[in-house]
Formats: sequence, C-alpha cells, structure tokens
Amino acid sequence: MKSCLVVDDSRVVRKVARRIVEDLGFSCEEAEDGQKAYEHCQGGMPDIILLDWNMPIMSGIEFLEKLRAMDNGDSPKVVFCTTENDMSHIQRAIQAGANEYIMKPFDSEIIQSKFVQVGVLNSSE
Amino acid sequence: MNLIHFDIYQQLLKEKSGLVLSTDKSYLLESRLSPIAKKWNFETLDAMTIALQGVPDQKLVVDIVEAMTTNETSFFRDTRPFDMFKDHVMKYMKEARSDKKSLRIWCAAASSGQEPYTLAMILKELEPQMPGWRFDIVATDISHDILDQARQGIYSQFEVQRGMPITLLMKYFTQVEEKWHISQDIKNMVKYDYFNLLDSMSALGQFDIIFCRNVLIYFDQPTKGAVLDKMARQITPDGFLFLGGAETVIGLTDNFKAVPDQRGLYGIPTGPHFAA
Repeated sequence: MKSCLVVDDSRVVRKVARRIVEDLGFSCEEAEDGQKAYEHCQGGMPDIILLDWNMPIMSGIEFLEKLRAMDNGDSPKVVFCTTENDMSHIQRAIQAGANEYIMKPFDSEIIQSKFVQVGVLNSSE
Repeated sequence: MNLIHFDIYQQLLKEKSGLVLSTDKSYLLESRLSPIAKKWNFETLDAMTIALQGVPDQKLVVDIVEAMTTNETSFFRDTRPFDMFKDHVMKYMKEARSDKKSLRIWCAAASSGQEPYTLAMILKELEPQMPGWRFDIVATDISHDILDQARQGIYSQFEVQRGMPITLLMKYFTQVEEKWHISQDIKNMVKYDYFNLLDSMSALGQFDIIFCRNVLIYFDQPTKGAVLDKMARQITPDGFLFLGGAETVIGLTDNFKAVPDQRGLYGIPTGPHFAA
C-alpha cells in the first residue's frame, strides 16, 4: 500500500484529506507543521506528501526545501494544498521542487486527478 | 412539471437536436427552463409551455434547446484519451503527415472549450518536436451561449484544477482576480462554430482526428448510427475517432471499428490501423 503524509495545521483539513486519500487506497499519516513532517520523513519517506503552506513553527515551503536537501529527499512526490492561489506562490513552490499544486478549497476529484498526474495513482476512466 | 408538458419538451428537443430526454430528467427540466421563462417574461413555466404550443418565436425555441442540452466538461476530462492522443495518435500522424505537416481536428461537442483548449495545449507542447506544422482545431457545439463562453476562455479556480497539470496552468493561463484566462496563443489555435450534429457535415471538410466524446449517449440508436455514418465520410482513411468511455460503435455502424488496445479510439475498418 502506498503511503501519504498529510501536513496541515488544521485538524479538520487533515481529517477531510485523510478520508479522501484513504478512499484512494493510500495509508495515511498526519503532521501538524513542517517540523513534524520533517521528523516523520527522517524516519522514512512516504510516497506522497500533501502539503499546506502556512503553518506555525515551520512553513510548507521551508519544509519542502529541507526535504529536497535530505538523502532520498527527492523520492516523495509533493503536492501543495493551500489557500495561496496566486501565480507567484505557485511558481515559488514548483521552483522549490513541488510536483503539483492544489488551490483550496479542494475536493476528492481534484486530489485524485493530481495524484494521477504525479504518477502515484493510475487513471481510472 | 406534469408529464404532458414534459412530452412537449421531449419532442421539441428530439426534433431540434436529436437528444433524447428520459423522464427521470424532468427535475432538470424545471431548473433549466425556469431562467428561460423569466428571460422571456413569462409569468410561469406553464405559461411558456402554452406559448410553445402556438407559433413560438424561433429564438425562444433556440434558447430552450440550448438550456436543455447538457454541458458537462473539464480540462483533460479523463486523462486516458489525452494520453492516447499524445502517445498513439500524434505519434502516428507525425510520420503519416510528415509531407503535408498539417492536421485538422474536430471537437464535435466543444461545450465551454475545455476539450479543444486541452488539445491545443498538448499540440503547443509538441511544437518543438514538430517544427513548421500547422494545426487546425475546429470546435463546434449546438449551444450559442456555451460557444460564447468557450471563446472567452475564462475559467474558475475549480475548473482549472480538474485534471490540468499545474505546469500547463502556469504556462497558458493568466490570473485575473478570481478567474483564470487562457492565453491568446492557445485561443488562436481553436476556431469555434455553431453546428448541429443532425445537419449535413459535408461543408465541414475532411478531418484527421474527430473527438465526439460523451455526446452519442444522449441520442437514440438510429440517430447514433446516422451521426457516426456521417462522420465516417468526413474522416481521412487513416483518421481517428475518439468516443467517450461508455460509448461504442457496436450495433450502430460498420463504418468505424475499435482500434485494438486503445479504449475509446476508432478508425475506418479498411484503414491502416487494422491488420488485413
């Protein structure tokens, strides 16, 4: 089973995201900020990370930069999932090594299509 | 809406567009027709129905038919057909049309433009590998309103996220307040026109590739067959037809045949895509 790490400081968002990714057949772990996510990744890389931008202690973009500098830090696919919806944020995220970008609000269809695009899920037509 | 009135709309729609409205869609009818009744200053939907039984204004009839035809679409709707377009069809055409270096593509139910624009973006991405090629995308629909919308090329945040890779959003869209506008470059690749699939197709000319996904499902069997037969005459002998995932040609026409191992893709049976 593929694993997904959901990183968001909102418990509600984590809960909604968990339900969606579990329905898609992933095991799900949660982290409430970038620091916790970083520690999680030190213990083992997930297949995919759903990443919020604005969080206390360590932001999503800081986490992403640190992740990509880690040993094997290129292996997880990273999909930003944030209310930041302007082009400059999107560009910055992609430059930092994000694979995809979701502008909140999201639904299961959007998550599914992004997971297909980054290659962790097969297209189901 | 009572069933007698439902019949009136059902017949009108069948006659004008070939679309078959099943009774379970009656709830849809009310929600879609009420705005039309209001636009034409009828007190109630029933008042409009009564007017329709007399000698109705043809513009009213057009409005009603437009409101009843479905427009459900998204960018890269189902990833698979677009992968097939890129990896199979374009790979073939790149060789087969290497002398002519031009391709004509028809989106037969363009709706709000996502499908033709998706094709245009894919072709734009292929341009570096295919220098000097000319791509014409003809996109038609039965609804004037939806064509206007398609021409504008303005989409909501939700719409641009369904199926579209973020890199394409960054490349081919600009953000204007809460909306996303597709670039002029991409718009220029698509020519929109009104077209009713029940009409003669001969004036449209020949196409190398036809997209007609999730349209036939709204027609009855004889109409499906007739539309497919007409399309077979407008497609090059080695052309490709894309149908929706739930659609087939079996029992409808012998003029198209499923391309092996490519679900939803069809060709002319005597053409090169089938072993003799």
